[in-house]
Amino acid sequence: MVDSIMQYQSEIWHAIGETFTMVGISIIAAIALGLPVGTLLYLSGKGQLFENRVLFAVMNILVNVVRSFPFLLLVVFLIPFTRFVVGTALGTLAASVPLSIMAIAYYARLVEQSLLEVPKGVTEAASSMGASTLQLIVKFLYVEARSGLMLGLTTSTISFISYSTVMGIVGGGGIGDFAIRYGYQRFETEIMIFTIIIMLILVQTIQYTGSFMARVLDKR
Amino acid sequence: MISLHQVSKTYVTSNSRFQAVDAVSLEVGAGEIHGIIGSSGAGKSTLLRMINLLERPDEGTVIVDGNDLTSMTDKHLREARRSMGMIFQSFNLVNNRTVSGNVAMPLEMAGLGKKERAERVREYLDFMGIADKAEEYPSRLSGGQQQRVAIARALVNHPKVLLCDEPTSSLDPQTTVGILDVLKHINRTFGVTVVIVTHEMNVVTNMCTTVSMMENGGLINTFKAEQGNTISSEDISRITVGLSRDKVRDTHG
Ligand SMILES: Nc1ncnc2c1ncn2[C@@H]1O[C@H](COP(=O)(O)OP(=O)(O)O)[C@@H](O)[C@H]1O
Ligand SMILES: [Mg+2]
Repeated sequence: MVDSIMQYQSEIWHAIGETFTMVGISIIAAIALGLPVGTLLYLSGKGQLFENRVLFAVMNILVNVVRSFPFLLLVVFLIPFTRFVVGTALGTLAASVPLSIMAIAYYARLVEQSLLEVPKGVTEAASSMGASTLQLIVKFLYVEARSGLMLGLTTSTISFISYSTVMGIVGGGGIGDFAIRYGYQRFETEIMIFTIIIMLILVQTIQYTGSFMARVLDKR
Repeated sequence: MISLHQVSKTYVTSNSRFQAVDAVSLEVGAGEIHGIIGSSGAGKSTLLRMINLLERPDEGTVIVDGNDLTSMTDKHLREARRSMGMIFQSFNLVNNRTVSGNVAMPLEMAGLGKKERAERVREYLDFMGIADKAEEYPSRLSGGQQQRVAIARALVNHPKVLLCDEPTSSLDPQTTVGILDVLKHINRTFGVTVVIVTHEMNVVTNMCTTVSMMENGGLINTFKAEQGNTISSEDISRITVGLSRDKVRDTHG
């Protein structure tokens, strides 16, 4: 086993790098855009501070559509958009575009759920102190929901890794693609098992770290 | 200090309308401790929450310390709220912040510097007798201690008005006495006007100088104790008699 792994060492590293790029960009998109979208979903929801049926319905449907789209079809469907954003529809960077769109919708829903768990009394106390909307969000909601937000991001990251494994179809590469091209198509079972082990370790590490951080953050 | 003029509030849900407060007018003088009593669902909390416009009245005006809150912009309303403290039955602390972190929050909203914040927080934790808990998280404290933190948080920005919604209803009798003493002490020391919603008559007789009775969204009776006294249990029975007389009048046309 060691021999065949040594033989493909540089390819393996390269594939891991591609996975990290795709998943990393998705995590950034999830935090930079999924968090605000999820917050807006929460704030515009029924009975909330900025209840707005139209805004809520539009975002709710968008998030549902993206999340229920078969992922491979989403990738294909988004090709024109991807080309518009990165100039090409092929490669690791291009593959990160549909992955990020999925990441935004995925994390937004988990953010909304975490915020819904914050007791109503906390937002009431914030309003009674004269908190601005931004202060309410940053100093109250995110602080009280922080362990849920962390767990949500952990779950999301693991899903992004899973989604990233099919990115071979647009030349995105990554460990999943490596496992299929070298392990499966060239019948190098050892290589396939080895990459599966890498994935397993990666997912376990992320889950463990995420759960641990969520526990440390939770003082409730 | 507080003047509500013909305020009404109707809650509209998809299949019903419910008038929680019906054309209530109320005056609370500066330095008063005003009790609002009445059965559950009478509209007490809704009325209290209209004083700082947590609940915006559909009609009527709310004037606090000479300012008409109902006609203010959001920005000015936020500023006005900073001179009103509020405490709740369920404390409503931010459980992921320490005790001193919680008490510092109104000062952060008001934009005070870090050093000044720390001094003020310490001063009020001392005043409330919980200075030793400064670095604890709220979940490690008893109910009475949590309510003290909430009171410190409500007072730290020097409010003129303190609104209390059943502040002792989840506490045992002994702890309740401690909290009521603190509220009286605050009223005397800082001259803060206190409005307290309660269903416990002993809260009223213990500390209130004026009291209002609510029933079905209406304010039926307001009663003022004699100068320097608190409301007595005889006063309360008189209010309740007034209530039944009103009811009789209602049923007879
Ligand atoms: N947000 C709300 N939506 C609909 N109905 C409400 C809402 N808040 C209060 N109510 C109703 O208004 C009435 C008065 O409530 P509340 O002021 O909390 O009464 P109290 O504090 O005297 O028990 C109750 O019947 C309650 O069910
Ligand atoms: Mg109530």
